[in-house]
Amino acid sequence: MNEQEAIAHERHNGPKVTLGFWMYLMTDCVLFATLFATYAVLKSGTAGGPSSEDLFDIWFVLGETLILLTSSFTCGMAILASQNHQKQQVMAWLLVTALLGAAFLGMELSEFSHLVNEGNSWQRSGFLSAFFTLVGTHGLHITAGLIWIIAMIYRINQRGLTQSTLRKLTMLSLFWHFLDVIWIFIFTIVYMIGVL
Amino acid sequence: MDTFLGILFGKLNLDALPHEMITIGGAIMMTGGGLLVVGLMFYFKRWTWFYKNWLTSLDPKKIGVMYISIAILMLLRGVADALMIRAVQATDNHVGGMITSDTFQQVFSAHGSIMIFFVAMGMIFGLINLIVPLQIGARDVAFPLLNSISFWLFVAGFVLMNLSLVLGEFSASGWLAYPPLSELKYSPGVGVDYWVWSLQIAGVGSLLSGINFLVTIFKMRAPGMTLKKMPIFVWSVVCSMSLVAIAFPILTATLAMLSLDRTMGMHFFTSDMGGNPMMYINLIWAWGHPEVYILILPAFGVFSEIVPVFSGKRLFGYMSMVWALVAITLLSFLVWLHHFFTMGAGANVNAFFGIMTAVISVPTGVKVFNWLFTMWGGRIRFATPMLWFMGFVVTFTLGGVAGVLMSVPAIDFQVHNSLFLVAHFHTMIIGGVVFGFFAAFTYWFPKIFGFKLHERLGRYAFWSWLIGFLLAFTPLYALGLMGATRRLDHYDPSMGWQGLFIVAGVGVAVIGLGILLQIIQVGVSIWKRNENRDTTGDPWGGRTLEWSIPSPAPAYNFAHIPQVSHRDEFWEMKQRPANNKRTPFEAITLPKNSAVGMIIGGLAFMLGFGVIWHMFWLAFVSLIAIIAVIIIRTSSDDDDEVTLSAVTVEKMAAESAHTIRRKHA
Repeated sequence: MNEQEAIAHERHNGPKVTLGFWMYLMTDCVLFATLFATYAVLKSGTAGGPSSEDLFDIWFVLGETLILLTSSFTCGMAILASQNHQKQQVMAWLLVTALLGAAFLGMELSEFSHLVNEGNSWQRSGFLSAFFTLVGTHGLHITAGLIWIIAMIYRINQRGLTQSTLRKLTMLSLFWHFLDVIWIFIFTIVYMIGVL
Repeated sequence: MDTFLGILFGKLNLDALPHEMITIGGAIMMTGGGLLVVGLMFYFKRWTWFYKNWLTSLDPKKIGVMYISIAILMLLRGVADALMIRAVQATDNHVGGMITSDTFQQVFSAHGSIMIFFVAMGMIFGLINLIVPLQIGARDVAFPLLNSISFWLFVAGFVLMNLSLVLGEFSASGWLAYPPLSELKYSPGVGVDYWVWSLQIAGVGSLLSGINFLVTIFKMRAPGMTLKKMPIFVWSVVCSMSLVAIAFPILTATLAMLSLDRTMGMHFFTSDMGGNPMMYINLIWAWGHPEVYILILPAFGVFSEIVPVFSGKRLFGYMSMVWALVAITLLSFLVWLHHFFTMGAGANVNAFFGIMTAVISVPTGVKVFNWLFTMWGGRIRFATPMLWFMGFVVTFTLGGVAGVLMSVPAIDFQVHNSLFLVAHFHTMIIGGVVFGFFAAFTYWFPKIFGFKLHERLGRYAFWSWLIGFLLAFTPLYALGLMGATRRLDHYDPSMGWQGLFIVAGVGVAVIGLGILLQIIQVGVSIWKRNENRDTTGDPWGGRTLEWSIPSPAPAYNFAHIPQVSHRDEFWEMKQRPANNKRTPFEAITLPKNSAVGMIIGGLAFMLGFGVIWHMFWLAFVSLIAIIAVIIIRTSSDDDDEVTLSAVTVEKMAAESAHTIRRKHA
């Protein structure tokens, strides 16, 4: 595909892909809503085991939250840089985003392993099944996002900021902010209300 | 060594092969039939042709035909299951007669799952693929490759579903696998896992299709076609696909949770350890009720196209039809609890959901009256599609009235899980979705294949279906009121039910005759295709854009994208004096064939198979491979399109016009 064709192709397909991606995000929202509803129902199903007040360390999770929020900010910086066509800056900000995302994921995994080691795994009770699944699904999304960011850095390095790369970058940032919003809900509904 | 084999094959061993005569017979017939087809294809050297023209095609018309072919294959299996169920109930009413109780349970579970997920869904997605791009004046769908991936995920689910007949067993816990019965404790075999993964994979395909068609309709309509000028079938698809986009994620999450319970030892829906089985039943119906509207709304759309054409009038009350569709779409999320009034949610909750359920009959009634008013004063031609409509409007109204009856919680307590309910939803799905599909199949067949179906055989098939349907399901209303519950494999002879069960069994046989006639009809129509050739591109006096192009529709659909200014654009076009000005042809870009859909479908199948049999290495490798394929595909900007030059398009257009003239002469 030569450059002109690529631009025409992008003008033709770009809006469709963006709309489709928005719709995908909304379906993902429904998926999380289902998991939230299940969590809310099963929260009291502790089967004599520990409840949310006994388990969650709100300050640790607050740290996680701040890291993820910061990564959303750095992702926004990458978009700003892309609008100024600063290729190196975009890559740098994306890298920072990925590192923060990885740190978030590492903290989440350490929380999980801590719980499992104390005998409070997903097999312990309905409440813990719902907890691990809801938070873990968000974690899986973050993992997918990390793979995507790395692929994106590689792509920008190879081809520069073309029209189609810019659109893909916008979608990536939508995805990342979306995960941030979901996390705010997890932080509020699972952790904050959980320790009240 | 044993542990190594254990890791390699998981729970799979030779015991997984079928043991019972009836399943052995089914397995042999299915694999034998499959191998025969594969062998014949090799013998006639058709594989390359098949691969290039069908399997890797991104043309929605071909994908639509493939969806429908699978739906029809599965219809045969689903009807065979139905015949078995009724044969058992009509002839022997003691345990261990014709088939064991366990097999009986697998048979009715398979019947329901197959009919909804692989027959009805296949029919609907097939139709949407065939018709939506043609009706909105587009050359393709928004994401052709994604469309192919959706189709191949559907195929992966279909293969898993049928594989359960040969390897292992199928779920014995009904078509919605209610826990705690479907939990590991009570269903330790692989049956429920087959059910979960076959639906999960096909369901993800449906979800992607839903997004794809919404974007197609919102972004790719011909210039001038505002939302209020869209054909009503397209409107019904907008509503149906919105339901897909909102409801299917619930199914995905719910099936995932059931699977986590079964494979990871979680406690979402177990009856102990803090699990809550009723949560599953709420969730599955929060998806399941919209699901039945996903199926029926496009059928409404089909009839809203057919009735005006065969009445020679425009549709009565277009806007009220649209509003009725939208109202049903919204209401369908507010009624799920009527599937389990007996749960004990309390009088107020039941009253709310009962009233909401009754309210749905209002927009549905609006539609029925609009169809009748469209016919009123029209010059009606009773061609086969119109016969299907007449059959539909009678059965669907009767079934709908039975539904309103059951929306009253007090009455529902009496008929809950009885054959009355079974009769009701079969009236809606056969009388609605299946009749709608047959009407659409007859109506649009010439547009896709270039010739009409044999009319007389079509009538015979219709009457067999209608009579068979009434024979098969009217007795069930009576049996339900007499206290017969669903899923009975035996009953005491003193109940006096056997006579009615025999009538119902005869009804299924008559339906079988109808299907046989339809198969003969398609065969005869292909054989005598030159007699029924559609030379005009407009065999029925159509009103919408798909009839403005030659039949069969060329690969690019429209040589010139039409400019739309009316609701029934083609009808108006025909009223205007012919425009003899030649518009110059332009180059057309179409997607290239791609094997990515097949690859992802194959990997998804292995992923499901791996989890079902606890071959976790296989599941893991397949998952990684799927991710790799997606990354490679999305990051390449390779040329995935082929451009037909203006000259080629002109030549192709002239050729299809020429073929028509020659065939006509």
